Amino acid sequence: MQQKTTNQKAWFLVLPVLILVAFSAVIPLMTVVNYSVQDTFGNNQFFWAGLEWFEDMLGDERMWNALQRQLLFSGIILAIEVPLGIFVALNMPKSGVWSSFCLVVMSLPLLIPWNVVGTIWQIFGRVDIGLLGATLAALGIDYNYTQDTVSAWVTIIVMDVWHWTSLVALLAFAGLKSIPDAYYQAARIDQANRWAVFRYIELPKMAGVLMIAILLRFMDSFMIYTEPFVVTGGGPGNATTLLSIDLVKMALGQFDLGPAAAFSLMYFLVILLISWVFYTVMVNLDKKGL
Amino acid sequence: MARITLDNLAHSYAPNPTSAADFALKELNYDWEDGGAYALLGSSGCGKSTLLNIISGLLMPSQGRILFDGRDVTHAPTAERNIAQVFQFPVVYDTMSVHDNLAFPLRNRGRDEAYVAQRVQDIARMIGMEDMLHKKARGLSADAKQKISLGRGMVRKDVNALLFDEPLTVIDPHMKWELRTQLKKLHHDFGHTMIYVTHDQTEALTFADKVVVMYDGRVVQIGTPEDLFERPAHTFVGYFIGSPGMNVIPARVEGATAHIHGCALDLGAGYGTPSGKVEIGVRPEFLRLSAGEGLPVTVRRVEDAGRHKIIRAALFGQDINIIASEDDPVRADMNRVTFDPARINVYADDWRLAPLSGVAGGAA
Repeated sequence: MQQKTTNQKAWFLVLPVLILVAFSAVIPLMTVVNYSVQDTFGNNQFFWAGLEWFEDMLGDERMWNALQRQLLFSGIILAIEVPLGIFVALNMPKSGVWSSFCLVVMSLPLLIPWNVVGTIWQIFGRVDIGLLGATLAALGIDYNYTQDTVSAWVTIIVMDVWHWTSLVALLAFAGLKSIPDAYYQAARIDQANRWAVFRYIELPKMAGVLMIAILLRFMDSFMIYTEPFVVTGGGPGNATTLLSIDLVKMALGQFDLGPAAAFSLMYFLVILLISWVFYTVMVNLDKKGL
Repeated sequence: MARITLDNLAHSYAPNPTSAADFALKELNYDWEDGGAYALLGSSGCGKSTLLNIISGLLMPSQGRILFDGRDVTHAPTAERNIAQVFQFPVVYDTMSVHDNLAFPLRNRGRDEAYVAQRVQDIARMIGMEDMLHKKARGLSADAKQKISLGRGMVRKDVNALLFDEPLTVIDPHMKWELRTQLKKLHHDFGHTMIYVTHDQTEALTFADKVVVMYDGRVVQIGTPEDLFERPAHTFVGYFIGSPGMNVIPARVEGATAHIHGCALDLGAGYGTPSGKVEIGVRPEFLRLSAGEGLPVTVRRVEDAGRHKIIRAALFGQDINIIASEDDPVRADMNRVTFDPARINVYADDWRLAPLSGVAGGAA
């Protein structure tokens, strides 16, 4: 066996990464941790508060309500976007000019900044001048996202579906494109029906990308802030106050740094936990072959 | 099982074919006999897979008809033709077990489970996968997957024909022999019409009763392995079959004599005075190196292939191959080559001419 040379100076080579990660992630996170265990009365004076803020937040109905709304929101958009994305991908032309055209059109919503998406829908849904709002009003449908909870929810959900279904569709399309023709031919020879082709050929081949799509959409929707904030500002009342909207209200509106810090840490842990559970379950299912 | 008739069949991938060059498959009339084992042999891109996909209904021909036992199925969908096809790359349903994979074609046709279980057992025994039936198909090796594909092709008893599209390409050499032998045995036992596409002549010659050689979208010869070897109808057949292939030498032919660079060569039969590009073809097996008689050659290299020697030589500057048995001496003074007159074929514009006075060689 060759003797391995030892050179402790090599540690310096990882230093740039350490510094980068420290300033981009560790220090900001630790600052939040620092706030979460202290109380301040201004004047830059801090007092040790221990886990008091965490206990407060866990007992606070406000956070639980926001979490419920958040889970409902993520659940609904996943339940719509994933099947719809797959459906769109299955019906897209597989090759030729129309395929490229579809791909470009599909990616357009993904290129629009969040803020602009929010503004578009905010105007689109207005009852007085918005195309959607005015049309619905003209049809006699009682739609008003600034006053009616259901209208507000429908608006932010449709907006998210409009904005992000393309992502699922594009990923699913990439998965479909990787299936060799021979599979479809074999299915025809074996007299498989359309459902069997989807269930036994297309779905298994798409499983990998779909898992990524679901994970991305879950995390993104769970952290969503800009678009609903621009459209509804969390209203009417607190009806569309999702977790991050509530957090910003607390931290910047009320300047309750301690509770907000405790809140954001728990928020972070919830996302981490759900993503991890989801990923583990999906990978295990994948190993077993769905 | 069925007799498959190709009637004026041709196919072009271009929407409006004009010239012959547009056709991937040129006009073809042929009867595939019920229960025959055929091999479709040709180099890549010669149209063999096109023909196979037309027979199985995966492709609609541009012109002509296909008949199964006299019934026109040209526009019938694949399912209706009751065909089994095995592809070059293994197609398995990843999420199913081996058992479910084999059962799939039967279940789709609504056969009862008892029958399905019985058939799956039989097929699993045939492909040697009885102990793997409950494994997931994903994660198996390429040749195990291809065995499943073969099994799925054979699981239906009543198929009109079994089509194989280079099914052994991804299989290890030792498994190739085994599977090919099993296919032959299967053919022998059940008498399915089988069409086997390959570019490997050994595979074609050992598998099939009749070999169909294709070249540039055209069927150039259909015959037994012996026909292809002794009387190649086209220079391509001569060149493609045999190892090394037939020597094709430009010549001027007058009656029963060929003139090669002024040297006369007896052909053993009369051919008149053919015009066009005239060549004689003779297999390396029927050439002999000699010291005194024959045409002058320069020996360049001798390769020992074990049971025989391949002599690479030049005849008037053209490369030819001669096969000599391992006992035949190759000496420095052997600078001539003799031809077996009965084994010489004459070609005009690449197509074989039948001798006018059919004595030796026989009429094709």
